[in-house]
Amino acid sequence: MLKIKDLSVSVEGKEIIHDINLTINTGETHVLFGPNGAGKSTLLMAIMGFPKYKITKGSIHFKGKDITRLNVDERARLGIGMSFQRPPVVRGVKTRDMVAACLKNDGDSEEITKLAERADLQDFLERDINYGFSGGEIKRSELMQLMAQKPELTLMDEPESGVDLVNIALIGEMMNELLEKNCPIADRKCMGLIITHTGHILDYVNARTGYVMCDGTIGCVGDPHEMLATIREKGYNECIKCYLGRLPLHE
Amino acid sequence: MSDFKTSKNIKDKAKAAAAKQAIYGDDINIGNYEVAGDKLPYKEDPSQLDSKTKGKMLEAGIMLDDPSQRSGTYIQMDGTPVHFTAKQEGVEVMPVSQALDKYDWVSDYFWKAQAVDADKYTANVELSDNDGYFIRSLKGQKTVYPVQACLFLKKPKAVQNVHNIIIAEEDSELHIITGCATSNSNEPGLHLGVSEFFIKKNAKVTFTMIHSWNPSIAVRPRTTTIIEEGGLFLSNYLLMKPVNNLQMNPAAYCVGENATVRFNSILVAGKDTNLDIGSRVFLNSVKARTEIISRAITTGGKIVARGYIEGNAPDVKGHLECRGLILGEKGIIHAIPELKGSLAGIDLSHEAAVGKIAEEEVEYLMSRGLTRDQATAAIVRGFLRVDVEGLPPLLNAEFQKAVEASEKEVM
Repeated sequence: MLKIKDLSVSVEGKEIIHDINLTINTGETHVLFGPNGAGKSTLLMAIMGFPKYKITKGSIHFKGKDITRLNVDERARLGIGMSFQRPPVVRGVKTRDMVAACLKNDGDSEEITKLAERADLQDFLERDINYGFSGGEIKRSELMQLMAQKPELTLMDEPESGVDLVNIALIGEMMNELLEKNCPIADRKCMGLIITHTGHILDYVNARTGYVMCDGTIGCVGDPHEMLATIREKGYNECIKCYLGRLPLHE
Repeated sequence: MSDFKTSKNIKDKAKAAAAKQAIYGDDINIGNYEVAGDKLPYKEDPSQLDSKTKGKMLEAGIMLDDPSQRSGTYIQMDGTPVHFTAKQEGVEVMPVSQALDKYDWVSDYFWKAQAVDADKYTANVELSDNDGYFIRSLKGQKTVYPVQACLFLKKPKAVQNVHNIIIAEEDSELHIITGCATSNSNEPGLHLGVSEFFIKKNAKVTFTMIHSWNPSIAVRPRTTTIIEEGGLFLSNYLLMKPVNNLQMNPAAYCVGENATVRFNSILVAGKDTNLDIGSRVFLNSVKARTEIISRAITTGGKIVARGYIEGNAPDVKGHLECRGLILGEKGIIHAIPELKGSLAGIDLSHEAAVGKIAEEEVEYLMSRGLTRDQATAAIVRGFLRVDVEGLPPLLNAEFQKAVEASEKEVM
């Protein structure tokens, strides 16, 4: 279980998200919607533990353990993994090296090849990680690494952005494998928290809870499909109005 | 030997340049070093050298216990060639002093590529007792295994004067590993090494040089290469062990159509190491090509990383890439990439970058479960990994092994 309580996060001295409360039970996948600048990526980066995202208030518990002060690598080894929206290029570090590093036993060549085939990235293993990759190739590479890492909590920042319609099905399948979609919920060990703008990924991923983030807080919780329909029809302005209408007067 | 081989004209030029400072690098007082005059005995079987010496040579890529993957061996200690053998037909390996006796035309190659009066170091080599290796691949002969050559500084506080001549005749292929090392862990010494390469029509030479000196040694190599039509010169230089002061700026002249040159350099400067290292390529013939790649890491020392490409003929192409990484709080890297074109239709480019390891990259690797130290090591290892295009697999593997073996110096 991931339990976030009263979480506030600052970046370079400016508070970006405020008093977030969120719980993901084991086996569940939740989805984050929200306009640009709402704080969605900041929330994911703070859960992953990047030092630039300073937790100024509240706590994060994962598998019953308080991880609020743990470093990013400690959280990764505890079972949290992240698919980045725009990961950095690391010159000289081959994609193969990254997959090998993600495999807990460093993996053998055959295992790495199988994962590359799954992600349709066989020709990318000897290339520098993310160097000259297209948007879709980056997303598949990120998911390939996560499949090697096998995290119990998968954080995904817009996994479908920049992916063409042919490849989105492959992305969806890989996500489902990561999130154990074909496994009964009671038997699943994996959780997911996904940021999506387009909602395309909902066609593939079995998400049961959605959130709309506005101005660094969660304004709305509900069925992600219904939320997406409303956002598509009325835009985020409607969500913001609804959210503002529900705010206590003193705020 | 030097009186024997060169003309009065060359001697006069050398004398005139005896005090001439080099354009780059600190001025070294050659007078501070003794002449390594003692002749050392010839070793029929170099594997009989003491294990410490062999260990030092191995660090510079010279394998004496199992030379099965070598087509020849040359070992020079101070001024004395102590061993030389050629194991493959069509390849000649001997001291230049012996080559001068064997062939009357060899003297024509002396100071043909490299100017004797370039500076006081070239002049000193000419004016002093010197020797060096003569390596030649005969016409049409292709070596499978490299010739290994070791230039070894044995006597403390001495100057080693070396003059090498390398000739790849037409349509031949020659691979050379040169390892430079010293027996002393901290005694000063000075290595002056002139190397002149002649790559004839459609010949190919790969030259891998590994330097493994000590923190008190000063080094001034002077290398010039002439590449004829369709020829290829591939130079790989690895310096990851401490040295006091090293300056070199080898030049390659493409004089025939489609001549190609690649320089790859991997440089590491620890505290108190002062490096001024570059590569120059003159594209003087139609469709000549070059690529200069250097990777420089400082963990406290100073590196000037130069690169120079000059395009003087139609349809030439050159690219220069110079990347520097500053590890730790101190250390300087000064990248100086230069391009000069003298006519339209040439294609020269460069990229240079100097900085520390990007925190974003470290954190990205950490998010996959690597510790900070593991992530940093992976990035440094990646930085040092230069894919050497055109190097045979065996040599490439040895080159990468030498890089890996030296990585701990960086960490």
